[in-house]
Parts: sequence; structure tokens; C-alpha cells
Amino acid sequence: MSMTSPHRLPPTLFDKAKWTPLLELSAREVFEIMLNTNLESAKEPASEQVGEFTAIVGLAGSLRGVLSIRCTDEAARAMAGKMLNMPSDEVDNDSLDALAEIANMIAGNFKAKLTGIGNECMLSVPTIIVGTDYHTRSLAGGNIIETFCNFEKKPLRVTLQLHD
Amino acid sequence: MSQIKALIVDDSSVMRKIVERSLRQAGLDLSSVIEAGNGADALGLLDTNQVDLILSDINMPVMDGIEFVRQLQTTEKLRGIPVVMITTEGSESNVMQALSLGAKGYIRKPFTPDQVKEHVLPVLGL
Repeated sequence: MSMTSPHRLPPTLFDKAKWTPLLELSAREVFEIMLNTNLESAKEPASEQVGEFTAIVGLAGSLRGVLSIRCTDEAARAMAGKMLNMPSDEVDNDSLDALAEIANMIAGNFKAKLTGIGNECMLSVPTIIVGTDYHTRSLAGGNIIETFCNFEKKPLRVTLQLHD
Repeated sequence: MSQIKALIVDDSSVMRKIVERSLRQAGLDLSSVIEAGNGADALGLLDTNQVDLILSDINMPVMDGIEFVRQLQTTEKLRGIPVVMITTEGSESNVMQALSLGAKGYIRKPFTPDQVKEHVLPVLGL
């Protein structure tokens, strides 16, 4: 699959209508290429269904904020199993590592689609949060885009939260 | 080239396994693969291990891939080992910096096994 010009944007300011499908496309491509799996579009699930694992990647430079992907333990194990070609019930701590790497690749793939913006954007090393009892503070004046997908019928939430 | 010894440097253990699998799928006859989670650990391994090929991430804790490549070039016995960067950091500045420091190529994540083959075999003269 080509990940180049057809989906690149010219230099522009934040555009939720254009960036939201790009975020979903970025996630779809990562799952197709690295997990050989097609994501299905989904509506926003109930919060208790989204899961207890969150991987976060920071963005700095021309694009500043955080990208996160949230899912259940079961989904993270299934992702790791797909990436490693092994049954998900044999996956151990690699599930967290896999989720972190998926977040990293979605962030990198997304910024690569933003011509003139993504090129000067750097990514942090991913961080994993385990648990549901946490809150993220909205950045003053920031913009948020989210996309919801199902991975093998398991809900995923991919969120990009940006500074102005 | 006969059997190849490879060093894979990435802070993700899952990604290290995927890269190794991709190298084998590319047809490389790997006699051994050693792994490190960052550039500093990789340099430590190279004190006591000889390798024919290095694949390295850029964005890693402790020592990133750019500094790792820079350090390789300062050591005569390591300078000639071909390095291919495998990274989400596909920005032009990062890639150009890695290449100017001596990396022989780069692959942007996510990648297919064919892309690994396409970028790695030439640097080994295969």
C-alpha cells in the first residue's frame, strides 16, 4: 500500500474535517501493514467498553500535543499476537509494548501525511497507562480529534489532542 | 555473502522480533541476531560481538539512533558496518542527518517485509 501523495495535505492550519479522516487512515494503514488486519469504523463506544490500556505519544515542533490509543487488555493482546504471529493467549508483556509501538507508528504515519507540518514534528518515546481512573486535562485553546474503530470487534479509541 | 550476523536496535521488543522475522523473510541467512534496546546498549554489545549489519530505530531512550550512528563512526572497527535506520521518524531532517552520519538507508514504519528486502539487500551488496 502506498502511503504517499494521495492523502497529503498542503501546509495549512488545523482542519478537523480533513484531519479526522487522515487520523483514521493512519491507524488503518498501520493495522493493515503491520497486523494484516482491516479496522472497521465504529461509533463512540461506552467509556467502560474502551478499555484500560492507553498508549501515549507526545508530539513537539510544528505539531504539538499528544496522540493516544486506548483499548482493552484483550485487544492489546490480540494486536501483539497479530504482530508476532502467535496466539494472543500466549502473549505476555509484549501486549503493552505492541500497543506502544502501534501508537508510535500511527503518530508517525499521521504526521507524514501533513506536508509542510509533519516534517518538522518530532515524536516522544511512547508511554503506557494501565487503568481507567485517570483524566487528561484539555490544553488551553487546544484542538481534539478522535476516531473510533473496531479491531476484531474490539473497540479502539484514537485521539489527537493539539496545542494551538 | 554467506551467513550474516545482525544487530537490531529498537526500544520495542515486539519491533525487534518483527524486524528479525522480516530479515529472514527477505531471504537473509542469519547465523545470529543480537538485540539492544537503545544505542548505548548496542555499543556495549559491539565491544564483544562482530556483526555484518545493523538495523536501528531513531527514537529511543538513553541514546537515540542518530547519536548511535555518530558514535559508530568514531570507532574504526565499527565504522564500516552498514546501518539501516527503521523508524517512524521519517522527517527529512532526521533522515538526512542519519544518512550524512553514515547510515546507508532507512525504512519508515509501518513497513512490509518487501520494503525491508528492498532496502537491506543492496547495502549488503546482495
